[in-house]
Amino acid sequence: MGYPTQFRYTKDHEWVSLEGERAKVGITDHAQKELGDIVFVELPRVGTRLKKGETLGSVESVKAVSDIYAPVSGEVVEVNRGLESAPETANRDPHGAGWLVVLKMADPSEAKGLLDAAAYERSLQG
Amino acid sequence: MRTIFEVERSGSSDAGLVPLPRSAGADGLPPSLARKRALRIPSLSEPELVRHYTWLSTLNFGVDSGFYPLGSCTMKYNPKVNEDLARLPAFAGAHPEADADLVQGTLAFLFEMTRLLREMAGMAEVTLQPAAGAHGELTGMFLVKRYFEEQGETKRTRILLPDSAHGTNPSSAAIAGFSVSQLPSGRDGMVDLAALRGALDETVAAIMLTVPNTLGLFEERILEVTQAVHKAGALSYFDGANLNAYVGRARPGDMGADVFHFNLHKTLSTPHGGGGPGAGPVAVSEPLVEFLPAPRIVKESSGLRLDWNLPRSIGSVHSFYGNVGVALKAYAYLLALGDAGLREVSGNAVLNANYLQERLKRTFRLPYDRLCKHEFVLSGEGIAEGVTTLDIAKRLIDYGVHPPTVYFPLIVHEALMIEPTESESKGTLDRFAGAMETIAAEAKRSPELLHDAPQKAPVRRLDQTRAARQPVLTHPFKERGA
Amino acid sequence: MRYIPNTDADREAMLQAIGRSSLEELFSDIPQAVRASFRPLDLPARSELEVVEAAQGLARANRYGDYVSFLGGGVYDHYVPSVVGQVASRSEFYTAYTPYQPEVSQGTLTAMFEFQTMIAELFGMEIANASMYDGATALAEAVLMADRVGRKGKVAVSRALFPHLRRVVSTYAWAVGIELVEVPCGADGRTDLSALSQGVSALVLQTPNAFGVIEDLSGVKERLGEALLVVSANPIACALLEPPGAFGADIVVGEGQPLGLSPSFGGPLLGLFASREAYLRQMPGRLVSRTLDAAGQTGYVLAAQTREQHIRREKATSNICTNAALCALSATVYMASLGAEGLRHLALLNWERAHDLAAKIATFPGYSLAFKAPFFNEVTVRMPGDAERTRLRLKEAGFLVGSSKPLAALGVPNALRFAVTEKRTPEEIDRLVLALGGAR
Repeated sequence: MGYPTQFRYTKDHEWVSLEGERAKVGITDHAQKELGDIVFVELPRVGTRLKKGETLGSVESVKAVSDIYAPVSGEVVEVNRGLESAPETANRDPHGAGWLVVLKMADPSEAKGLLDAAAYERSLQG
Repeated sequence: MRTIFEVERSGSSDAGLVPLPRSAGADGLPPSLARKRALRIPSLSEPELVRHYTWLSTLNFGVDSGFYPLGSCTMKYNPKVNEDLARLPAFAGAHPEADADLVQGTLAFLFEMTRLLREMAGMAEVTLQPAAGAHGELTGMFLVKRYFEEQGETKRTRILLPDSAHGTNPSSAAIAGFSVSQLPSGRDGMVDLAALRGALDETVAAIMLTVPNTLGLFEERILEVTQAVHKAGALSYFDGANLNAYVGRARPGDMGADVFHFNLHKTLSTPHGGGGPGAGPVAVSEPLVEFLPAPRIVKESSGLRLDWNLPRSIGSVHSFYGNVGVALKAYAYLLALGDAGLREVSGNAVLNANYLQERLKRTFRLPYDRLCKHEFVLSGEGIAEGVTTLDIAKRLIDYGVHPPTVYFPLIVHEALMIEPTESESKGTLDRFAGAMETIAAEAKRSPELLHDAPQKAPVRRLDQTRAARQPVLTHPFKERGA
Repeated sequence: MRYIPNTDADREAMLQAIGRSSLEELFSDIPQAVRASFRPLDLPARSELEVVEAAQGLARANRYGDYVSFLGGGVYDHYVPSVVGQVASRSEFYTAYTPYQPEVSQGTLTAMFEFQTMIAELFGMEIANASMYDGATALAEAVLMADRVGRKGKVAVSRALFPHLRRVVSTYAWAVGIELVEVPCGADGRTDLSALSQGVSALVLQTPNAFGVIEDLSGVKERLGEALLVVSANPIACALLEPPGAFGADIVVGEGQPLGLSPSFGGPLLGLFASREAYLRQMPGRLVSRTLDAAGQTGYVLAAQTREQHIRREKATSNICTNAALCALSATVYMASLGAEGLRHLALLNWERAHDLAAKIATFPGYSLAFKAPFFNEVTVRMPGDAERTRLRLKEAGFLVGSSKPLAALGVPNALRFAVTEKRTPEEIDRLVLALGGAR
């Protein structure tokens, strides 16, 4: 699976899809491979306000838990309820149907600090 | 796997009970308080019951079944005489609220056990209340918290622990209200003194160390570590899970420990029981003694009794006095060993581990190639493409060995933590090493043997993902007429 | 040393293989200053016979067995069928470790699954874990869990808890920073819920309570609003009484010692912990789940381990690791040996015997049951004169009864509480009553 060039990325293996004020967030293919079979996803409540870098939730496999960090500051406006009953979606389609939350960005300029696809792929090699 | 709920029933039990004097009815019990739904617990005849549980026992692997080299668990032999002694009616039958004059024997051994553990720790006093190692850690954290509260040092809210720490360490600290800061280990696998000094400030309450650490390496600079901690006004907690490495030769109190917990179900041979009951007595240095849980056993001219008049105590962490039945087994073990025996324990445990390490490092990656103590850590990386430590572990089952601890400590990728203990023979170690070497060869030649393992266990590899995604935690009864 | 198989020849060979000349060399990594400070215990080695003699000497100094016990307070003298000890003595069970490798631990895991099912059944709850250390820490962990869910930092606790439960809950609550608010008892011996605090995460009740009185849980859950109902229950009582789950309790805990464990001077015990399935992720302790193996066969594994310390570390729901698995196994065999009918029968016997004693004592002038409310297993009796002196007279006559001081501390002075189990024969009860008559 390649890394969509229209997304931005963090070194903590999250992807961000930017649409105006909205930032859709998910975990990358690399992350889901590292975790193994995902069994539970903990998501924040709609309306939660987060600063960049704060924990917004976690993804659990049988043997590990990975915290997910807000790539940008903002308010949670949507969460992917489908993951409650089908957490394996995050394994199957991490860059699409496996999205986690949508944030309404507090400061869109923060997005500039995110990695592009090429930079993220390079970081995986290193 | 059949459960008791699925056993076909032909007989029924009279429960071995005395018949009721008149027809069954609880006079005076209001109908609103009486149980409506019958219990769905089967009634079986004794032979059917025994068959079922005997069969279940044959599906289990214990230390008595074979080699069980679980790192940091000290799966040593459980002496049988200790089982018989704990069952003596005079000990087993005593109610915890019996008057002291009726239980002077029990109080005597508890008093003596407290003294022996105190001496083994080289510290000021011991409590036997904690029921497990993690419970001891929690108690220790409570003591640290109270100590600083009493000193008025409200800023000390952090606990430092190395990245190789066992999960119970940070979890115990967090429950006691501390925040946890991780110390990266140095390249030699031990505490990085510079990093430690940098991390120590007036917000640190204590460091939690396992000695030797979970890599099986003894902190050679332990005195410098505890001195630095004390200089910063903080305390040193030692997790005693690895005491088997130096029992009879060294004492945590002499290393600068302020709080130390024992695992009687590790170092002192009491059985693991499939997950307990254990016992985690805690030793403390003098400044913490007054905060120990109540009650404590005191000796007076009239005899031994329980002293509840401890106004500075943190309270209690157990219903009564701790796992007395477990402490009795450990006490009998100490009586059997004596000083000489304790030295032999650590001597043989450490020799066995170094011997195995020397042999296995020819085949497996050994991240820290130096003198180890009672255990050592290998990595399963690099054995063969697509073969993991988990595969190696499962294949060991087919060779009649219980797998070592896997994927811990976290600082080694694909870790295999091996602790043989002193109660294994050279022959067993050689056979184990042979099996590991064979498996490594299989991994290169026919990896499917590992991927499909275990093939000779009562069940094949179990689907943990399914259990995690759709847990079934109780038997799904079919309702009559539902 | 008889527990160490290696001979001197073995050790020689092994030292050679690793290029060392003595065992002492293997400890060169321990600082010299530390090794020099070591002091031995002054303990000689002993043969097995000598160990047994030493232990038997201590056993002889225990005179508890000479008395007939009416002691209770959470730990009871019940009959344990031989089958329980025999099964728990099978070394495949007791020398096994925690079932982290499920394929070789199906014995332990299947038994724990049975245990979870039976405890959930007894308590009328959806799920139960594979045990805690004891009833007191189980209750303390329930308080912590309820506050994790409710987040109010405050929990209401009935005054009528056994003192040892209150002690441990208080210690844990202090450490975690939860404020405990006491709920008083009414004249009927039950917790007085007329003035329930608002803004608490939970209400904690015990049934039967510290007086032996059965708490009436009807309608309690409905009056709590958002707060959770946490109940500490006697498991044997639940075979006869409507269990807390049926009244909507959110968390039910208890002391499992009555289910086939010796009193053992207070440990090891067995913590029981059950909850609604909705709170699964907040639950402490081990959970065993049914699953399938690679060949499609049913098997059992540890589940939801991500709650636990070995994965979640400082964010774990509890730090518990080793619990009371072998005790849980004993309890499972005990419950299976009685079955549903046997458990009910047993509970009825306990009911009968305690009521028999109560009826006989209440005939003495000046003696009365402290409370009119229904009781199970234990009954609190008010008496004339100094109850503590009466207790000592009973002791001289060969009967053990709990101290009057805790009852006085709970607001019931000059009283004693008698626990009567199926092991107390009608003859023993009559002799106690006679002695009481003589002790007046």
